Amino acid sequence: MKLLSARSPEASKVANAKSAIWTKKDLLGLEYLSKEEIELILDNAKSFKEVLARPLRKVPTLRGKTVVNLFYEPSTRTRVSFELAAKRLSADVITILKEGSSIEKGETLIDTGKNLEALKTDIIVVRHGSSGAAIMLARALDISVVNAGDGWHEHPTQALLDIFTLMEKRRRIEGLNVSIVGDIAHSRVARSNIWGLTKLGVNVTVCAPKELIPAGIEKLGVSVTNNIDEALKKADAINVLRMQFERDTKGAFPSRIEYFKTFGVTEERLKKAKKDIIVMHPGPINRGVEMAAEVADGANSVIMEQVTNGIAVRMAVLYLVSTAKKKKP
Amino acid sequence: MDILIKQGRVIDPVNKCDGVFDVLVEKGTISKVAKTIDGKARLVIDAKGKIVAPGLIDMHVHLREPGREDMETVASGTRAAIAGGITGISAMPNTRPALDNPGILKNLKAIIKKDAIVNVFIVGAITKDRKGALLVDMKAMKKEGAIALSDDGSSIQDEPLMRKALKAAKDAGLLLISHCEDKKLSESGVVNEGIIATKLGLRGIPRRAEYEFVDRDVKLAQKENAALHIAHVSCKEAVDIIRKAKKAGAPVTAETAPHYFSLDETACTAYDTRTKMNPPLRSPDDVQAIKEGLADGTIDAIASDHAPHGKHEKEIEFDAASFGIIGLETSLALAITNLADKKNVPWVRIIELMSAAPARILGLKKKGTLSPGSDADIVIIDPEKEWVYTKEAILSKSKNSPFINWRFKGKVTRVIVEGREILPRIFGHPL
Amino acid sequence: MKIKAKILDKEGVQKAITRISHEILERNKEKKKVVIVGIRNRGEYLARRIAESIKEITGNACAFGILDITLYRDDLTEIAEQPHLKETKIDCDITGKTVVLVDDVLFTGRTIRCAMDQLIDFGRPAVIQLAALVDRGHRELPIRADYVGKNVPTALNEIVEVKFKEVDGSDEVVICEKSGGK
Repeated sequence: MKLLSARSPEASKVANAKSAIWTKKDLLGLEYLSKEEIELILDNAKSFKEVLARPLRKVPTLRGKTVVNLFYEPSTRTRVSFELAAKRLSADVITILKEGSSIEKGETLIDTGKNLEALKTDIIVVRHGSSGAAIMLARALDISVVNAGDGWHEHPTQALLDIFTLMEKRRRIEGLNVSIVGDIAHSRVARSNIWGLTKLGVNVTVCAPKELIPAGIEKLGVSVTNNIDEALKKADAINVLRMQFERDTKGAFPSRIEYFKTFGVTEERLKKAKKDIIVMHPGPINRGVEMAAEVADGANSVIMEQVTNGIAVRMAVLYLVSTAKKKKP
Repeated sequence: MDILIKQGRVIDPVNKCDGVFDVLVEKGTISKVAKTIDGKARLVIDAKGKIVAPGLIDMHVHLREPGREDMETVASGTRAAIAGGITGISAMPNTRPALDNPGILKNLKAIIKKDAIVNVFIVGAITKDRKGALLVDMKAMKKEGAIALSDDGSSIQDEPLMRKALKAAKDAGLLLISHCEDKKLSESGVVNEGIIATKLGLRGIPRRAEYEFVDRDVKLAQKENAALHIAHVSCKEAVDIIRKAKKAGAPVTAETAPHYFSLDETACTAYDTRTKMNPPLRSPDDVQAIKEGLADGTIDAIASDHAPHGKHEKEIEFDAASFGIIGLETSLALAITNLADKKNVPWVRIIELMSAAPARILGLKKKGTLSPGSDADIVIIDPEKEWVYTKEAILSKSKNSPFINWRFKGKVTRVIVEGREILPRIFGHPL
Repeated sequence: MKIKAKILDKEGVQKAITRISHEILERNKEKKKVVIVGIRNRGEYLARRIAESIKEITGNACAFGILDITLYRDDLTEIAEQPHLKETKIDCDITGKTVVLVDDVLFTGRTIRCAMDQLIDFGRPAVIQLAALVDRGHRELPIRADYVGKNVPTALNEIVEVKFKEVDGSDEVVICEKSGGK
């Protein structure tokens, strides 16, 4: 407990931290955030992680506010994470799933949104199968919209918690090498991570079979490889995406076994990578497909920490959008 | 004397005319064009400082009658045409039911006779219900008045069938208009394949889906020596293929739509569905290639591909929204603002692209020109007038245009159809 | 902002801190149960100095903590500037302890209300006491300080600024006139 001196790093941090202020009523994607805004969310997330470590894991900040989880696509992980985040902030939470709702009766996204606004809710957390859905909703409503995943476009809170976890393990992430492996073309997690990591000065490499590398991706400032060992070679961290066999993968892989043989992250392959390489996965994991079970449970894996950090990050996001002055994008 | 138009800048590409002249209209036809015409006329129009040209002809318009009259009708569509200086339009056959048999053509002709305020020509389908399987009875269609055939909106995927269609159309004396799209490649794509599609997380339509079929159809047309017109050219490879084919003597003509020389794929970044069309908006390089194709004659005509859609079909998620935008009222304005004004394409060429060439391609001998004896379809344009395209002023029943609130230069001030003044006199009554 | 008067200079601040530290020790016989908790932002620096001072006097370090009350505020959507959220950290379990809350200026009392609500979410202190460098009056809630550096009557259109060497370059307390508007 030393006295703070005038020039201590913490003192100057106090001065600099005041420069970033959150002004957006929505969180739609990391493409639309500045480096400072991303850092602001992560900074706040640190404080919320401390809240989660208390015996009484609750603060009254969003008391009286209502958060609606509007999920057009199935999800357990993200939905529960957002629900818990909202509850820890003392907000009231409502979850609307596609099944058994008026959505099945053909109600449009905007109509559903306007109805929720008329019900005097405050924040809509939306997951939808169409890219751009969250943006559409945010444009039409005065209340806040948080994108929990829209089509192939963005999943900003996932990337934020990935980056948060990375920053916990390595103080400074600028200049690190991070590889993202999997179906990049159809992955919103990949896109959000690419935006977030490149803005923070990280060297990003994407790795996938040729058919699953989207056109022009190098223009986003990433390196491209089709070889998993290449992707692992200099990596400080690797983010392994779930291979979605239920989606059309353009026949890139006839079977799970094929994928595992060519792209699976195995203990053998990890041996050739950096000893302290960080292994991440957004979940749920297909054990024995994109990752060996031993790797998922191994010492390099931070997958469970990602899950815990997810709540802190989402609390930070809900807190920030709720305090922004209402203004349509 | 009926109508005397004095001292306008008369641009008539067919007669290689571009100068200040008087134009006389009598009994629905152009009777004289001369340096000065004296005498009393029922209506004298002072066209000093204005451009006087043959009425514009838009050879690619979707009137939604029969079937989707909520989106557009013959009545509302032809009113929208007038506002754009257009005196003749080709109605495409993707109506409900499709215009694939003489009976339906007959019905539509009756509606046109009753409701249309400009000339409406009917483009019949090539195959039954545009499904790309069975050819229609082309001779019967021609007899009932079809001016050309097209499956527009769809493409004949089967090459041998396309070849058969070209041969049959040639035998029947009909032009085939081809919407070139390899559905196996375009699949469920919604924007141009490339960095924008990648950023937006939307499925891309590869350019090959268009130009490979342009190449296929152009080669078939040459083999059969059958007249072929390529619809809505959007990419540079297609322009190159058409250029080469024309040089080799293929009987091919081509059109492009104003959005392909006015917008590129970067317009899609806000997920605004008024930038969603098929073919999609392409890259800036393609826009440049289109402009070059328009200037050097590779592309013969500008046609709007006017595609009305209701709010509930457009104001939804990007990948669920319908393709297409309206265009009758902004075609000329975009051509003036993005081509003539920017000096890429001279005025004579603009009139050629929007009037003379469509008339020639469709075989309309008495239109697209101010030669004495031709139909008095005339448009008078104030080339300097600046105006803003507002949503409230749109005459089409549908409002799906990305050009709303754009500032334009060049406004249509008068339109005469077969000797009758439609704009501004009869016009101006609410729909 | 215009400075109207200087209430405490460097020496004055130091004297006040020393006196408060002695008073805390006098009042609380079971020194081991005392926890000094500073309320961010400036309460933190004051709390650290008091803790240091207590260590000098007794020879033993005393338990310490910092509270960020942002999440407990009831006016988050009204205030013009978004407050910057920082970490809350208390060294020990506060149940059964004597928590001395420390803040630089005691004014309406609302900050202290937030701090007490937050403390009680952490545990059940035996006693909560309050130390403030300056009490400027105008309480809006029934809250009072146990230890005060200086009582300073003020007008509502005035602002009391406490400066600490660690972050402002010098130690002093001044009264300023609020510049027009809010």
